[in-house]
Formats: sequence, structure tokens, C-alpha cells
Amino acid sequence: MTLTLATEAPPFELPGVDGSTHSLDDYADAPVLAVVWSCNHCPYVLAWEDRMSAIQRDYAERGFRLVAISSNDAESYPADSFEAMKAHAADKGFPFDYLYDEDQSVARAYGPERTPEVFLFDADRRLVYHGAIDDSRDEYAVSESYLRDAIDAVLDGRDPQRSDTPPVGCSIKWRA
Amino acid sequence: MDVELLYWDGCPSTPEARELLADVLASNGVEAEIRMHHVGTDAEAKALRFPGSPTIRIDGRDVDPEGADATPALTCRVYYLADGRPSPIPSRDDLEAALT
Repeated sequence: MTLTLATEAPPFELPGVDGSTHSLDDYADAPVLAVVWSCNHCPYVLAWEDRMSAIQRDYAERGFRLVAISSNDAESYPADSFEAMKAHAADKGFPFDYLYDEDQSVARAYGPERTPEVFLFDADRRLVYHGAIDDSRDEYAVSESYLRDAIDAVLDGRDPQRSDTPPVGCSIKWRA
Repeated sequence: MDVELLYWDGCPSTPEARELLADVLASNGVEAEIRMHHVGTDAEAKALRFPGSPTIRIDGRDVDPEGADATPALTCRVYYLADGRPSPIPSRDDLEAALT
């Protein structure tokens, strides 16, 4: 079951590709936090991940944090192994934390169905936006920047005009 | 001309791939039915040498030969556009090139 609007962010404590363990509390100072389900192998993620990096960089000065989590079953999808995540993050130079949810417990708590899929929380860690990053996997065809609009709204003390959009991407690879 | 589109329903790219393929066929004057073939198990993926969804074969040849030999799997296939950007479907140029 996917989190519903205004629900509080479930806690997590997961290993990151940087060698550290990261918990929800580590981001307590961020006035707005995006938790994005991601992975290595999905072409939709690959098409969107540079935009994820750009959003983190563009909003960093205002305290925004983006954290990506991969929960995919690495036994069936070796390209999504923790080692492969480390290599991919290094290759791409991600400016955000990239965490591994090996037992899929965090995914079960949040309920994502796709990669990429965004859960955006306000300063009180209430869900204010869920869905896609924007309206096109083709960066040159984007006409609506859902996530940027929602971040702007939260940082300006408003509710996002659009709070839910359908995520587009690969299915989460659950363990059998 | 034999045109086959193999797909796995865990990947959302099938409608977009089929629409683009149909448009490329029509705009090049090719009257061929697109044979849709669902791949639903790992065993089928292996038997069909299915490297991911969608996979398009024209007269048995993969429209993206470079990716055709990837390990068979129920996954979304990654294509690369001419400018290097990743894409979940092949480019129009690659489809048109495969017709010749």
C-alpha cells in the first residue's frame, strides 16, 4: 500500500554507497526531503537520474535533500547489487545519498511501485507530493516539472498545486 | 516483411514502442503486421534470447544488434539514442535503419 498524503515518513536506517549508514533522522534539518525509489538497471531511471542530480544541486542552498533508495532484488537483477550501485554512483557523481534496502522492508513501508518514484515530505515529514519527477522521460519534452514545483511550494510555505501524479518507470523487483 | 515485438508487461514502454514502430512502418510504406509476443517467464526469456522489453525483430534481426546478446531477462531494455542519452525504446532512426 502506497503512503497517502499527509502521512508521516516511515523511519529507515540503510547503508549508503558512501560507506555510511543513513537514517531518516540524518535529514532532520532539511525543510523538504525527497525520497526517490531508484535503481541501476531501469532505462527510465537512467533517463531521469541526471535531473535528480540537477534538482539536488539547484536546491541545495535552500536545504533541500534528495535521497535515492534501491530495493530491487539483486539476486534476480545483479545490475542492482550494492556493489553495482557503488560503481554507478561513482561513475555518475551523484550529489545525493544512494541507499540499499536489501531486505525491502523500507519499500514495504513506503509502498512504491515504480522506479523512479518520488515521495516528497515537508519539514514535519508529512507527505506532500507523490509520483513522477516531471511529465516526460525525454528531458527535451518536459512541460511540467512536478517535483520542482512541489519543492518550490513547500519552501514558500504553500501546499503543492499538484500532490499526486502517476509514476512512470520499471516495476519494483520484489523478492520471490 | 516479418515484424515482431517481444514484450514483458512489467515494463511500461510497450505501447510507446508499438506506436512508434507502426508509425515508422507506415511512413516507409511497409505493410506488415506487428506480431506481438508476450514473454512472461525466465524460461521463455531464455528460450527466445529476450534481452529485455521491448525487443523488436525485423525478419528475425534485432533493431539494436549491440544489445541483442545481453543476458536474457524479464527486464526493461536500455537503448541509447544517437546523442548518448538512455531510452526505454529504440530511436526512430534505428527502426528506419532496420527496415533497409
